[in-house]
Amino acid sequence: MKVLTANRLIDGEVVWYGTGDAWIELIDGARIARDKAGEEMLQALGKAALADNLVVDVDLIDVEQQDGRIVPTRLRERIRAAGPTNHLHHGKQARPDFAPAA
Amino acid sequence: MYRYDEFDHTFVQARVAELRDQVERRLAGEITEDQFKPLRLMNGVYLQLHAYMLRVAIPYGTLSGRQMRMLAHIARTYDKGYGHFTTRQNIQYNWPALADIPAILDDLARVEMHAIQTSGNCIRNVTADHFAGAAADEVADPRPYAEILRQWSSVHPEFSYLPRKFKIAITGAERDRAAIQVHDIGLHLKKDASGTLGFAVYVGGGQGRTPMIAKKIRDFLPEADLLAYCTAILRVYNLNGRRDNKYKARIKILVHETGTAELTRQVEAEFAHLKDGELTLPEADIRAIEAYFAPPALVARPEGDAAVTQARLDSRGFADWLGQNVTTHRHADYAAVTISLKGIGEVPGDATDTQMDAVADIAEAYGFDEIRVSHEQNLILPHVARADLKAVYDRLVEIGLATANSNLISDIIACPGLDYCALANARSIPVAQDISRRFASLERQREIGELKLKISGCINACGHHHVGHIGILGVEKKGAELYQITLGGSGDENTSIGEIVGRGFPPEELTDAIETIVDTYLALRLDGSERFIDAYRRLGAAPFKEALYAGEAKAA
Repeated sequence: MKVLTANRLIDGEVVWYGTGDAWIELIDGARIARDKAGEEMLQALGKAALADNLVVDVDLIDVEQQDGRIVPTRLRERIRAAGPTNHLHHGKQARPDFAPAA
Repeated sequence: MYRYDEFDHTFVQARVAELRDQVERRLAGEITEDQFKPLRLMNGVYLQLHAYMLRVAIPYGTLSGRQMRMLAHIARTYDKGYGHFTTRQNIQYNWPALADIPAILDDLARVEMHAIQTSGNCIRNVTADHFAGAAADEVADPRPYAEILRQWSSVHPEFSYLPRKFKIAITGAERDRAAIQVHDIGLHLKKDASGTLGFAVYVGGGQGRTPMIAKKIRDFLPEADLLAYCTAILRVYNLNGRRDNKYKARIKILVHETGTAELTRQVEAEFAHLKDGELTLPEADIRAIEAYFAPPALVARPEGDAAVTQARLDSRGFADWLGQNVTTHRHADYAAVTISLKGIGEVPGDATDTQMDAVADIAEAYGFDEIRVSHEQNLILPHVARADLKAVYDRLVEIGLATANSNLISDIIACPGLDYCALANARSIPVAQDISRRFASLERQREIGELKLKISGCINACGHHHVGHIGILGVEKKGAELYQITLGGSGDENTSIGEIVGRGFPPEELTDAIETIVDTYLALRLDGSERFIDAYRRLGAAPFKEALYAGEAKAA
């Protein structure tokens, strides 16, 4: 199971490719690829977004679903999805609409 | 302090204008990321986990109050109200938007600062002893030579595309506070028997995945030959350094593979061509640069002794701080003050905008407007009258920067680690915070004595773990963080690379392991005067291995 992530060109904000076909700032609404075809589609979308200069550092990352939430497998990606663990008032985790994964 | 001349101003402003144009073209989609990335990196702009990161050069770690205030302004205006001082004596901002970078660089240029060559395969910020110009034990201030090297190496056409990055450090004292033996070039400014200034030259030191101690290839290089000799070294490296493998591209590998004797022969042969040529430093030019670093007029302040004596009696906190964070100055009425950026449980090297502003105020009021950044991620006020120490201490207490832990176990070097860094495999900052909290008691820390603990979140070793008395290296194993411990490293005039003590520890066991190591040392040291590093060198790793792992062997 994978989702597509990147950093937005203009400000570096971490984003994921969402189910609504737009880059979104919280992982919860990310579009999940469950098979090879889904991954290839996301990869193509990422390549196009890179070419359109919307995002940089595009990457497909492994995720799991826990209680309906999307949780990245690697700690690195969990930290990207939330913010620095030493500064809980910075990054996504500081947003009012951020809901921490259980 | 060095002041920009007209050429410097024009050069930096032109560079900002160039990057502004490049950023605008990037945002307009006129250039691709592949085209833009090397351009932004040449100006210190990285992309990290959460955002862009801007690394600003602080030449040889020297700052004025006005410059520090600008760093605070940038933290407040374009970032999240703080900055991170690094082991290269620089500052990093963790959250700037790419669109704001040109404006930040404009602001920096106003106070004679920039971010040029803080990344890329070029000569990076030359670092120097943070007590330069103040230390009682130095033969001369090394910073004029660092400035000469800075001018020579800035956009040097021959050395802008080296096989890999290149770092130079310089000290003017026998006691090495600049870690020169773990640099690509380490320079030790000294005097020969006739009293003439020159350098011992070390080459090929470095940390990273292949730590090496630099080899001394010249015991005494006359000061006039500094640029000719460094050019000779860089030429040999530029020509022969490996470009086929990023991990073998630093000069330390070239020195290792070539052999010190042959490498020295090559450098000397190149130097023979260059010697007495246009790279020879004119005496007048050296003295002109030196004049910028003329020490402040330190008037006699003999009342300091009585003031300090009284203040010690009045305040236990001041007495502790005086004992730990105040260093002997070459002028008996003055002292150098270490402002610890290692408050208990705080992030090593981080300072808020408010703290930066306050340090600028204190430096202007009591420190002849001079501030240094140390490679150990602290700030230094190099010239403070002993009579003013209590006033400085009181101001530092107000802003939470009076922790009396310089050189103690909680004075930790830590890289940003996996909380920020795109290269990291494991977190460093929470590890540092946890150890700092465990050893929070200053009384206990002083009982342990000098202990340099350094943490890196990956093998690139930005946290200098190889030269920590206790070094910690974070790795990723089976998707989880694991920390290897090294013991016996040291980054001073007796440089040594730490040795891995045994299997690594998961985060939840790491601080206990550190405590076991410390307790083992306390039980085995000859007396309180035998430092951890000395005890380790006497005892070897065996008792520490035994303390950490013996239980496992029995259980197994």
